[in-house]
Amino acid sequence: MAERRVRSRRIAALARSRARLTGDEGTERTDAAGEPTDRGAAGAPRPGVWRRIGRAALHPGRSQVAAAVVLCLLGMAGVMQIRANDSDDAYSNARREDLVQILDGLGVESRRLESEVAELQGTRERLQSGADSQRVAREDAQQRVDELAILAGTAPAQGPGIRMRISDPQDKVGADVVLDAVEEMRDAGAEVIEIDGQARVVGSTWFSDDGTGLLVDGIAVARPLTITVIGDPHSLEEAARFRGGIVSEITGPKIGGDVQIDQGDASW
Amino acid sequence: MIPLVGLAVGVVLGLLLQPTLPVGLQPYLPIAIVAALDALFGAFRAYLEGTFTDRVFVVSFVSNVFIAALIVWVGDQIGVGSQLSTGVVVVLGIRIFTNVAAIRRALFHA
Repeated sequence: MAERRVRSRRIAALARSRARLTGDEGTERTDAAGEPTDRGAAGAPRPGVWRRIGRAALHPGRSQVAAAVVLCLLGMAGVMQIRANDSDDAYSNARREDLVQILDGLGVESRRLESEVAELQGTRERLQSGADSQRVAREDAQQRVDELAILAGTAPAQGPGIRMRISDPQDKVGADVVLDAVEEMRDAGAEVIEIDGQARVVGSTWFSDDGTGLLVDGIAVARPLTITVIGDPHSLEEAARFRGGIVSEITGPKIGGDVQIDQGDASW
Repeated sequence: MIPLVGLAVGVVLGLLLQPTLPVGLQPYLPIAIVAALDALFGAFRAYLEGTFTDRVFVVSFVSNVFIAALIVWVGDQIGVGSQLSTGVVVVLGIRIFTNVAAIRRALFHA
């Protein structure tokens, strides 16, 4: 009971102060004198609230000016904060601990990336050196292939050398004389030997007399013979002309031929 | 009416003048704004309940803002700033919800 009386007294005081604020004398009387019930506090509406707001909007007072000033400050602060939030440097408002945490995260991340970079650089160097050694090996092999192709007669060759024209009117230069000439040229450092522009002399070349003429690798070569040799021209010519050599053999009384040697560039 | 005009003027001033707070105070502005909102809703509730006085309003506004910022500042000094600011926001949020509920009851009886 006592609690209920206290509550109704409070309601009456509330109504009175409200009436005083709104300047509504009549309602104060009736509310204060009215039945103090619980229904009045919770259930019964206060019909004057909206009217009061409307009237306050039309008749501003000192309190509204104070509220306006405060709201003005609040609006400014809100705009400031929103702008600061929108601005680029999101870290300017961050707390020191947050910044430290962000910095730690970035440090860990950069260390991880640095180790990744080092790893990738190592891989790149390994691949590069591997590619280099592979390239050198390939170049060596290619050089060998070229040399062997020239020796085997499967590739064209060109360089300085000599041209030997052997004319023997009696047709006495046979396979053995040509073989001697080839061997002497080889001894003198010949790299490539060709006979009559038709037969390239390689390791498996053979010479033969078949009665009518001279065969080189099965090809009949015409007389007078022309032997073209690539190598050092001076030593080749010396090798051909030394006493007891191929020239003296051909020009000797046994064959009675003639040999003409020209130095120069040759290519086949 | 005047308070709404004041709010609009504040927003416009903030947009036009673009005031900047000292860097040292910037971390406390969000908390201060939440505290100001709490004071604002409390004042509106008091107005609807007929117990509004401008003096109490201004004093409570200033003290709310100041205390909220102070708590967070102290928290920053002793190393629990983020936790304390969370706590302040939670408490002020609860108060704002309570005040808004009272305003709702007073305006719409619901």
